[in-house]
Amino acid sequence: MATDIAAPRDRSRPIVREIPHTVSPGLWVLAWRRLRSDRVAMVSMVIVAAFLVMMILSGTGLIARDWNREVGVNYAPPSFVETQGATPSNGQSAPVTTETPATGAEYKSMIVDPIGDVIEQLRSGSAPSAPAVPGTPPATEEKSVDPLADVMADIRAGKGVTAEAQAEERKATLPFGGDKWGRDVLKKTIKGSETSIFVGLASAALATFLGTVFGAVAGYYGRWVDDFFNWFYSVFSSIPYLLLILAVAAVLQQKGMLTIILILGLTGWTGVFRLLRAEYLKHKSREYVQAADAIGASNARRMFIHIFPNVSHVVLVQLSILAVGFIKSEVILSFLGFGVPVDVVSWGSMLNEAQNELILGKWWQLVAATTAMALLVTAFSLFTDSLRDALDPKLKGRAGT
Amino acid sequence: MKGTEPMTSTDVSGDPLVSVRKLRVSFRLDRHTTFEAVKGITFDIPRNRTVALVGESGSGKSVTSLAMLGLLPQENSIVDPESEIIYGGRNLVRLPLGELRKLRGADISMIFQEPMTSLNPVFTVGWQLEEVLRLHMGMTGRAARKRAVDLLREVGIPEPERRIDAFPSQLSGGQQQRVMIAMAIACEPKLLIADEPTTALDVTIQKQILELIASLQKRHQMSVLFITHDLAVVGEIADYVVVMRNGEIREQGPAKAVFESPQDTYTKALLMCRPQLDRRPTRLPVIDDFIQGPGPRHMEERKRGVRPSDPIVLDVRNLGKSFYSREGLFGKREFKAVKGVSFQLPKGKTLGLVGESGSGKTTVGLTLMRLHEATTGEAFFEGKDLLSMPSKEFMDYKRRIQIIFQNPYASLNPRFTVGQIIVEPMSIHGIGKTAQERTDMAFELLNRVGLPEVSFYKYPHEFSGGQRQRIAIARCLTMKPDILICDESVSALDVSVQAQVLNLLQDLQDEFKLSYIFISHDLAVVKYISDQVMVMNEGEIVEIANSDEIYKHPKMPYTQRLLASIPKGWRGERARAND
Repeated sequence: MATDIAAPRDRSRPIVREIPHTVSPGLWVLAWRRLRSDRVAMVSMVIVAAFLVMMILSGTGLIARDWNREVGVNYAPPSFVETQGATPSNGQSAPVTTETPATGAEYKSMIVDPIGDVIEQLRSGSAPSAPAVPGTPPATEEKSVDPLADVMADIRAGKGVTAEAQAEERKATLPFGGDKWGRDVLKKTIKGSETSIFVGLASAALATFLGTVFGAVAGYYGRWVDDFFNWFYSVFSSIPYLLLILAVAAVLQQKGMLTIILILGLTGWTGVFRLLRAEYLKHKSREYVQAADAIGASNARRMFIHIFPNVSHVVLVQLSILAVGFIKSEVILSFLGFGVPVDVVSWGSMLNEAQNELILGKWWQLVAATTAMALLVTAFSLFTDSLRDALDPKLKGRAGT
Repeated sequence: MKGTEPMTSTDVSGDPLVSVRKLRVSFRLDRHTTFEAVKGITFDIPRNRTVALVGESGSGKSVTSLAMLGLLPQENSIVDPESEIIYGGRNLVRLPLGELRKLRGADISMIFQEPMTSLNPVFTVGWQLEEVLRLHMGMTGRAARKRAVDLLREVGIPEPERRIDAFPSQLSGGQQQRVMIAMAIACEPKLLIADEPTTALDVTIQKQILELIASLQKRHQMSVLFITHDLAVVGEIADYVVVMRNGEIREQGPAKAVFESPQDTYTKALLMCRPQLDRRPTRLPVIDDFIQGPGPRHMEERKRGVRPSDPIVLDVRNLGKSFYSREGLFGKREFKAVKGVSFQLPKGKTLGLVGESGSGKTTVGLTLMRLHEATTGEAFFEGKDLLSMPSKEFMDYKRRIQIIFQNPYASLNPRFTVGQIIVEPMSIHGIGKTAQERTDMAFELLNRVGLPEVSFYKYPHEFSGGQRQRIAIARCLTMKPDILICDESVSALDVSVQAQVLNLLQDLQDEFKLSYIFISHDLAVVKYISDQVMVMNEGEIVEIANSDEIYKHPKMPYTQRLLASIPKGWRGERARAND
């Protein structure tokens, strides 16, 4: 069809299909080529991708759905060979717990509400243990509802049945060890990484979005808009980071994944803002933007359709850096107890538990969570570095020759 | 290759100062590909003479000069070990870096194109001059300072005792280039390499700098290697000319021979492509006419000029633009970039706008497009004032006045394909009903500006400067404008490409009856393309007249001075002097 290019064409036919065009490599294709030739980048990308796949599989319930099952004894030590002392040598699948095997009914009775007595007392109205603080009205019956009653009922009714089978198979050792309740640390780590990575990525996305929009508006419009955002930025960055997180946590009043995402997202936009503002300042006076103005493109169109593709690599690298940072931040927050609620597991809550366990010499939960986190964070950081190199503007010059 | 026998020493008295033999330089592009920038060139630089290395971008002229000083980037350049650059009996190609460094600045020194970026902004010019003296001549303290003052006086800086303590930013561009020259001649070099030293300067300053280099060359008995793309400048200054193209020497010889009887087709083409002050063919010849075809056909002269009966498309009255800078806490300082400019633009004609940098000519263009808001004045287009109407209403008029910027490398969005670039204005203004219709129009326009249709899918960086300028022109044409403002639109282009783009602009004007406001510092180009010329200085109109009239009989002293500064090339006084 090469001859068709030169030949006068028939107006009625659509031309697009006639031209044998090879799509020219844009920035992203060139960056990808460069990234592909970088061995470190590819290895770390595979690791990050593996973690992401794990997160998705665990999120959709394909793996580690039963992480909550207590499959081993309390603090089951890690061993790939099952310990002989607990498992009968004849290899029968006899109950292997050190405790007496529990039937379903017995198991139900074993589920003891730890504050049941207190609640009984509250209900009875006598409340001897509740000292009547002067000024506070005595607890009435309506108010003394057991907040965990539903959960308890749930456990008694539904989960008890599976607990039956579960109780039968408690193993003395687990390949990667067990936690306080005998849950498999491997599965717990997988479930924990789901939380940590999701929180990290989602909050990084939120922070990058906010930073990009603020930075674009401030840098593009300049003048008082810029002043306003700079003032806002200065106030934000003058407050110590942890204090700010605590403040937001206090305002939001509830624990949960969404809360952490909001906390990290709302506090983490400053770096992206600073960079993007500078980029927009630089780009808004470029001739191609003036040219866009000359052809009548509106401000929003200039900002996000014309300029944004030219700064998007900065955004991508920032997103990547923030994701690494926020995965760590989530771990720190959960470790300090400001993070995910008790019924959600994350690397941070695992490390929190590990503090007490370490005194008892139970190191495996700590090692599992730390290894997983170190692996991901290192791989992610290396990948970010390579990504930045691959997207380096020098690339443009090389492509031009 | 005709006429490329190297100048042998018989041409010149004594042996040459520098002999370049079979110089071959290539660049590594990536792991597998290299690009040969200089392909085995051979030439001599005689003592006490000026040799001009002429060529368009990509000809390898700057690479050659950098190779002489060993300044090529180490990590990706390869100089062929067979190459020889003989200076003082030594081969500079194989000289150790330490030895080479002793030569640099002392025996061979260089001045660069951009004086503004070649001087360190945080040190005074005196400090930078004295540094050279300290490093190479071992001068210190008062002796160095005295010598520095002498040097500044020699290069023609007024009040050198005072200016020696000035920072580069406190000097004008021409003065900065003088300081660069002072640094270059500080150690009495035997060879001065000047890489496009006047390209970034105004035409009047260019003339002064050229005269300065010529007089210094005579006084200090130096050789000068003058690198430029501008044949007119070469004609003024060079004794010998080396014409390069794509890393090869096309022709070399004494200036008289090269200018009066060029042997090589490319040299002939270069001499013809450039618009000349005394002729105005209907079409400028382009390089391809010479290299592929039988040579240029005889062209009739085009008549230019504006008659009072021509219909007026744009009437600008008392246009003014001020910029404000803050002074103190509350004060504002007003800088009037344009002061009450009035002119009329006839339909289908070209108004040339010339002036030196800072004359406000670009501001006039940007203000008419409302890329800057005007401070005062009106611009009537179809009976309406473009400058005072609300911006909503202006949107309809925006597409009627379009602009082509100076730098085609900067004015196209690097992340858009050419297709997107051309379709974008159509989708903004709702030209063409469907996407298919717009695509069709884009292809048609690509054809019109002489680009292959596959360009639609490519990115701007895959095109050369001239092709990019065509893309920018196609983008403007999508909106079918009435007025096209060309802001130095051909200044950044090579001579041969310049001719093609000028021809294209002329064809489009003939076809669509476009009116141009052609802003340029290049007086020859303006003379060629304009019907009427407006000379600006410091924000004011100096003179406005038909172009033939103004070039033949300039009335105002400023215009006379400006026109006298145009490099006359070989046809100027030197040709007569040589006869």
